[in-house]
Amino acid sequence: MGMDSLIGGTIWDEYSQKVTDLMNNPQNMGEITKEQATEMGAELIVADFGAESCGDAVRLYWAVDPKTDVIKEAKFKSFGCGTAIASSDTMVELCRGKTVDEAVKITNIDVEKAMRDTPDVPAVPPQKMHCSVMAYDVIKKAAAQYKGVDIESFEEEIIVCECARVSLSTLKEVIRLNDLTTIEQITDYTKAGAFCKSCIKPGGHEAKDIYLVDLLAEYEKEKLARTAAPGANVSFAEMTVVQRLKAVERIIDENIRQMLVMDGGDMEILDIKENGAHFDIYIRYLGACSGCASSSTGTLFAIENILKEKLDENIRVLPI
Amino acid sequence: MRVYLDNNATTLVDPHVFAEMEPYFVQKYGNPNSLHSFASETHPGLKDAMEKIYAGIHAPKEDSVVITSCATESNNWVFKSIYFEYILTGRKNHIIVSEVEHPSVIATAKFIESMGCKVTYLPINHEGLVDPQTVRDSITSKTALVSVMWANNETGAIFPVEEIGAICAEHNVLFHTDAVQAIGKIPVDVQSFNVDYLTFSAHKFHGPKGVGGLYMKKGRELSPLLHGGSQMGGYRSGTLNVAGIVGMGKAMEQAIDALDFEMTDVREMRDAFEDELLKIPDTFVVTPREKRTPNTILISFRGIEGESMLWDLNRAGIGASTGSACASEDLESNPVMEAIGAEADLAHTAVRFSLSRYTTQEELDYTIEVVRKAVERLRGISSSYAYAPEGHKSGLDTHH
Repeated sequence: MGMDSLIGGTIWDEYSQKVTDLMNNPQNMGEITKEQATEMGAELIVADFGAESCGDAVRLYWAVDPKTDVIKEAKFKSFGCGTAIASSDTMVELCRGKTVDEAVKITNIDVEKAMRDTPDVPAVPPQKMHCSVMAYDVIKKAAAQYKGVDIESFEEEIIVCECARVSLSTLKEVIRLNDLTTIEQITDYTKAGAFCKSCIKPGGHEAKDIYLVDLLAEYEKEKLARTAAPGANVSFAEMTVVQRLKAVERIIDENIRQMLVMDGGDMEILDIKENGAHFDIYIRYLGACSGCASSSTGTLFAIENILKEKLDENIRVLPI
Repeated sequence: MRVYLDNNATTLVDPHVFAEMEPYFVQKYGNPNSLHSFASETHPGLKDAMEKIYAGIHAPKEDSVVITSCATESNNWVFKSIYFEYILTGRKNHIIVSEVEHPSVIATAKFIESMGCKVTYLPINHEGLVDPQTVRDSITSKTALVSVMWANNETGAIFPVEEIGAICAEHNVLFHTDAVQAIGKIPVDVQSFNVDYLTFSAHKFHGPKGVGGLYMKKGRELSPLLHGGSQMGGYRSGTLNVAGIVGMGKAMEQAIDALDFEMTDVREMRDAFEDELLKIPDTFVVTPREKRTPNTILISFRGIEGESMLWDLNRAGIGASTGSACASEDLESNPVMEAIGAEADLAHTAVRFSLSRYTTQEELDYTIEVVRKAVERLRGISSSYAYAPEGHKSGLDTHH
């Protein structure tokens, strides 16, 4: 957030001059007919991606030399906004003269970079980045068609954020290595989620199989499983006295202490005793908590419930 | 030439309105609630404005027309106060809204839904209208509120608020209508049918931005959303926006004076403009024109994404609007096109032209020319009209 995000801008004002010019006057827009391809001694490939009902669609025409696999001529037609049209146009420009194998390596990020006026200023605003993804997808579609293979064979890994092309494996690794806990951190580290935001959580522009919030939740769960029983995956009942004390201290530090301190109080753990099936945890309230009415009702229940949930169902908390 | 055809978004401030407001900035700047002549010199203007506002919606004196900062505030107020008074207390558990309400209603309904209130979202039919029967069918003994807009901002469709109001009265359910798009376009009379709350906003009828209102029927007054210095009889605290209120009063008076012109001359211009647009092949209009506000057209140009159309219009100096996916900052799709069950291919092609009493024939003639050229150019680029070799399987592979 902050000043720049409060009023919002006109998305068009953030287009580079190249994007504007290409929208006004696309250079590679058009069609290649079967006859024209034959005249060039080339094979005509026509690939579609997207759909009008989704808001953008592109048809890519390639005339490919079957002997060399070189794309001799390329054209496009596109249903979409200015970014979709300009990036289709740029994508076609980048394809022309390359072999099909080389073309497959072009990504939407290459397309976006090629549309910049200056190297360090993005060609389109973040929320428009997803409109360039289609330009990437349609190349794969055309290549798959030319080679007679399935489009999936060009996707080496699962991509979670299509705008920034960040894969599932990269995200998992970065989250783990850097102990990331928020979406903002993921975006800072990987750029995933910085653009159309569909990959952050359900309900965005596009439905996804996996969202960044899922990855965070998964990592959080993993961490909890790891830390609930320090050293090993032992249950509270199996822990040594020292381990139990540490586990209880940690849960209180992470979940409870802040709440008490905010009200000018605190607590300490006096003892943990096994009492039949129960674990009785004796605590003492400090500061404002001692004498507070809620310390024997609401607050106490909250502490007990958190410890029960995180450590063991049979915990009882007894204030002294 | 610059042409403004986005009057459902906002309007120019009528120069008479502006002139009326001007003294309240540098000369008569007193806080109306203070005890000195700086305060009292604002009172005649405020009183006059309030009388015009009451007259504009034909509200009886004993009812309350509370001035707010905008329609969004008015709508939030209704939903949140109903939530506090009826839902949170357990007296009721349910509200009903149409699925094509303005975001200030939909988002607020979703918010109180997240707080545990049940919400029914009424569908619209193929004409873009709410069927009153769906209201009747959705009301339960636990329904606190029905909220259905008077006229839709996207299509201009006029909803049957009289019938819905009657159904609400029959079932003893509160009825709110967002009349933002109705005032100044069609007659609005709160005494002619059953309505408990009615929202309006000055900048939609040639008044200033930052001032709106909420009508509340006597006996149905809501607890305040904004607490503070007890202005507006305690219903809405905050130092009175004197210039804004004066401006809204004048704008309301002007809008009522111009209502006949709006319903005849503007309508005729709109209809002729629409006829010309429909001569372009593969164009479709949503909602029959006699069921719309006189100034609005929502039209689809097949094969042209809405934002692209706006781009070409804007290059020629014309301002219109689209609810299409790409155009808005948050990439939402046009809720009306979806709700109406329009052909899927048209969902992203709708463009809205909204006229005002300031729109001229010359401007519309120019717009027609620009639209024709834009359609030709953009369909030339569009994949929807593109060549495909025989046997080509048009792919629906999509990342969406």
